[in-house]
Amino acid sequence: MTSIRLENHVAAPLWTLRLGFLLLAFALVFRAGPAAAVDIREVTSPGGITAWLVEDYSAPVITVAVAFQGGSSQDPQGREGMAELISALFDEGAGPYDSKMFQARIAKLGIELGYRDSRDQFTGVLRTLKEDSADAFEMMRLTLTELHFEDSAVERMKNAIIAGIERKRNSPSARAGEVLRETLFGTHPYGRPGDGTVDSISAITRGDLVAHFSRIFAKDNLKIGIVGAMSAEEAGAMLDKVFGNLPSTAKLDPVPDAKIAFGDTLSVEEDIPQSQIVFAYPGVKRENPEFFAAYIANHILGGGTFSSRLYDEIREKRGLAYSVNSSLATYDHAAFVSVSSATRSDRAPETVELMRGEIERFATDGPTQAELDAAKKYIIGSYAINNLDTSAKIASTLLAMQTENLGIDYIDRREELIGAVSLDEVRAIAKKLFSAKPTLIVVGPKSS
Amino acid sequence: MRRIALSGGLLLALCWMAVGPFAISANAEATKGPQVSTRMLENGLEVVVIPDRRAPVVTHMIWYKVGAADEDPGKSGIAHFLEHLMFKGTRNTPAGEFSRKVAEIGGQENAFTTADNTALTAEGSPQALRMVMQYEADRMENLVLTENDIVTERDVILEERRQRVDSNPSAILSEAVDAALYDNHPYGIPVIGWEQEMAALSLADAVAFYDRWYTPNNAVLVVAGDVDAQEVFAMAEETYGKVKRRAEPGERIRPSEPDHLTPATISYSDKRVSEPTMRRTYLVPAYSTGKAGDGEALEILSSVLGGMQTSRISTALTVDDPIASSAGSWYNSNRDYGEFGVYVAPRPGEDLGEAERRLDAIIDDVIANGVTAEEVDLARNSIIKSAFFNRDSQTAMARLFGSVLSTGGVIEDVTMGPDRFREITVDDVNASRANGWTAGVP
Repeated sequence: MTSIRLENHVAAPLWTLRLGFLLLAFALVFRAGPAAAVDIREVTSPGGITAWLVEDYSAPVITVAVAFQGGSSQDPQGREGMAELISALFDEGAGPYDSKMFQARIAKLGIELGYRDSRDQFTGVLRTLKEDSADAFEMMRLTLTELHFEDSAVERMKNAIIAGIERKRNSPSARAGEVLRETLFGTHPYGRPGDGTVDSISAITRGDLVAHFSRIFAKDNLKIGIVGAMSAEEAGAMLDKVFGNLPSTAKLDPVPDAKIAFGDTLSVEEDIPQSQIVFAYPGVKRENPEFFAAYIANHILGGGTFSSRLYDEIREKRGLAYSVNSSLATYDHAAFVSVSSATRSDRAPETVELMRGEIERFATDGPTQAELDAAKKYIIGSYAINNLDTSAKIASTLLAMQTENLGIDYIDRREELIGAVSLDEVRAIAKKLFSAKPTLIVVGPKSS
Repeated sequence: MRRIALSGGLLLALCWMAVGPFAISANAEATKGPQVSTRMLENGLEVVVIPDRRAPVVTHMIWYKVGAADEDPGKSGIAHFLEHLMFKGTRNTPAGEFSRKVAEIGGQENAFTTADNTALTAEGSPQALRMVMQYEADRMENLVLTENDIVTERDVILEERRQRVDSNPSAILSEAVDAALYDNHPYGIPVIGWEQEMAALSLADAVAFYDRWYTPNNAVLVVAGDVDAQEVFAMAEETYGKVKRRAEPGERIRPSEPDHLTPATISYSDKRVSEPTMRRTYLVPAYSTGKAGDGEALEILSSVLGGMQTSRISTALTVDDPIASSAGSWYNSNRDYGEFGVYVAPRPGEDLGEAERRLDAIIDDVIANGVTAEEVDLARNSIIKSAFFNRDSQTAMARLFGSVLSTGGVIEDVTMGPDRFREITVDDVNASRANGWTAGVP
C-alpha cells in the first residue's frame, strides 16, 4: 500500500515498534516535561461535575476527552473481551438512532467520536467544530446513557473482534506480547487477553453488556479534559448535559496488585523469519517516589530514539536489528520494564547475550553523569512535543494528570522533579531493577 | 482457510486520512487557510513557513525530491538506504553528534522514504531551530560514509525488511501486487528494495545517489510552529544559504505504463494467515496527472463507495446482510499515478468468492447508475471537516505541504483544497467512474 510506504519506511521511529500490548498503558502514562504556556483551570458544573479546561480560541474547535477507570481488567471471568466489545459498540446505535442512523449522523455532523479501552480504563474523545458542538455533545450524551446494544450490532462486532484475534496471531510481535502477558501476570486480571478469546467473546450476551456498562460508566470514576473554543461557563453547561445523567458511583471489582515473578525463560517455537526477543524486569509504578529515577534509567538504557545504550550496541555498532528498545510500563496495579528486539534467527543467540550483557553492565555501573544530564534534558525538553503541540494531545495530558493524581500544577513542577533526581538515585534504581533475574522470551524458529 | 487472494487488474494504496491531501476549513469564513510564507534561496532551496504559535514547538522538515522510484535499475532500496546513512557523520560532525544534540534539547528526529520523496525531520523548541538548520545544512553537502557504515547499516535495513515485510504476510502480498500492477513504472518496486539487491548495495552506490540528488535546488525546507517567517528566512539564508548547488538533477522522467489490457490475479498462501482477504486495485489518475478535479472526484467516489462506515460497501457487506468482517475502498494519489482499491475480508466461515461477487455487484451498480448528490454531499462534508481537524497538528501540516511540494505540487494545491472539493458535483463524481477504475472489472 503506497501510503504505508510513507509510514513504513521510516528510518527509526522506534516508539512505534513497541509491543502493542504495552502501548496503551505507555501512551497515557508517561509524559514528562517543561513548563509551557498552558493555562489549566478546574471547572465544576452547577451539577457538581468537575473537568479540567484549557481555553484556546485559535481554531473554532472543541476537544473533549474522558476517562472512566475500569478497563479490561474489569472483564468478568469467562467474558474476556467485554471492554473491547463495548468500545466497538459505541457508534452502533443510541437514543433515537439505530446503528446506521447514528453513523450517518456522525458523518453528517463531521465530528469525531470514539472510545477505546486499556487495562485500567476506557477513554473517549470527541472533536467537533464549535458550530456543531451542541449536536456533538448530544451524540456524546447518547453514547454514555442510551446505548442500544442491538443484537445485530453485537453480533457484527463480535465477528469483527474475533477476526481481529485471528489476525493478531499472524503478528510475531503481538505473539511475543501475549506470551509476555501470560508469563508475567498468570491468573491476575492483567494476565487475561484484553481482546478476549473466540470462546469468551462468543459467550457474551446483551444482558452481560448492559449490566457491565452500568457498572463502569459513572460519575465517581470519571475524569474529563476539555480543550478549545469554550468558556468555563459553557463547559459547565456541557458537563451537566452530557454527564449529568450518569449514575453517581461505579461498582468496580477490586483489582489486586500483581505479584510478578520474574526469572522464567521461555522459548516459543514459531516458523517466522525473525526471532522476537523480550526481556522483562521489575518496574516502578507511577506513584512511587522512585518513578522518575526509573524512568530516566530506562531512557538511558533503551528509551531514546536514535541514542541509547542498547541502540548503540545492537543496531548502530553491529547492525543486528532494526528495532531495539526498552520501555517502562506502568499500570494501576503493576509495573515492569520490557526490553525487546527482533533479529534474524541465526543471530538471535548472539543478540540475546549482547542485550543481557549491556543490561548487566548498566545494573553494575549505572549511567554516567553525562548520560544522566543528557537524559534529563531530553525528558524535560520533549514534553511540549509529546504533550502540548496539538489540542488532542493536551486533552489526553489533562486526563493523564488527573488519573495519575499529578496535580493541576504538575506541568510547572515537572522540570524541578526531574532536575532533582541524582546520579546516585538513578544508579541505585538501575541496580535494583536490572540486577533481578529477568524473564526472557524468545519467539522464533527452533534453531534459535 | 489459509489463503490470501488478490485479484484485479491493478493495485492498491491508501487512506489519505492521516495526512489528508488537502487540509482545511469546514466553512470558509470560520477558517481561513493556514498562513503560509515561501521564499526561494539563491541556491534553489525552497523554504516554506507555516506559523502555529499555540505551543513552544517547531517542526523542521527537509524534503528531497527523490524517492525509490528514481533509483537506477538493480539498485532498489538505495533511496531508503541513503536516508538511513544520512545519520552517519559529516566532514564537520562526528557520527551521532546531531542526534545527541537534538535529543538533549528534547527534540525528536525522524526520517522516511517514499517512492516519490525523502524527508528528514526534527521537532524541538524554537530556540533549537538554528542549531537544527546548521546540522541539517551540513549533512546536505558534507556527508562522510565509510565501508563500515555500509556493512553495518545494510544489515539494519535487511533486518528492517525482515521485520516489515517477511514477518507480515499482508506486506508480502502487497509487494507482489505492486509488482503486478505496474508493468513498467518503478512504483512496482518496493521502496525498501528487493532483498538480493539491497544486500549488494555499496558505498559507491550510496555516494553516487547522494551526489546526484542531495542538493539545495532539489529540496524543500518546511518549518511549522512557533516561529516568525522572516526570522526563519534569515536563519535559512545563514545556514542552508551557504550550501552550494551540488548537482542539477533535472526533471524526474520515469518510465510510464502502457495500456493495461490484462487483468491480473495474484494469490498468496501463507500458513500464518488464518483469515483470507481480497484486495483489488485499479490504476487511475493522480491529483497531479488527471485533469482538474479528477483527484477530488475519485476521493469522493472512494468515500461514497467504501471509505466511511455508512458507505455502500461497508453497509451492504458488513451490516445489512453481513458476509464480511471488514470491507471498503480507498483512493491514493502518488506523483505519477493514482490507485483506486477495494477490499473485503469475509467473516469466518464465509466464502471469499461469494464476498467478492457481492462486492462486484455493488461496483456494477455504481457503474450502471452512479452515486447520488446526497451521498456526495455527505462524503465531501466529512472529507473537508476531517482535513480541518488535521490542522490541529503542525507536524501533519508540515508533512502535507512537504509532500505536495516535493512531488511537483504548489502551495495552492494545499490551500485551495477545500474549495476544490466544494466545486465537485455529483456529475463530476459519476464521470470519474470512467476514469480507468472500471476497466479492470472482470
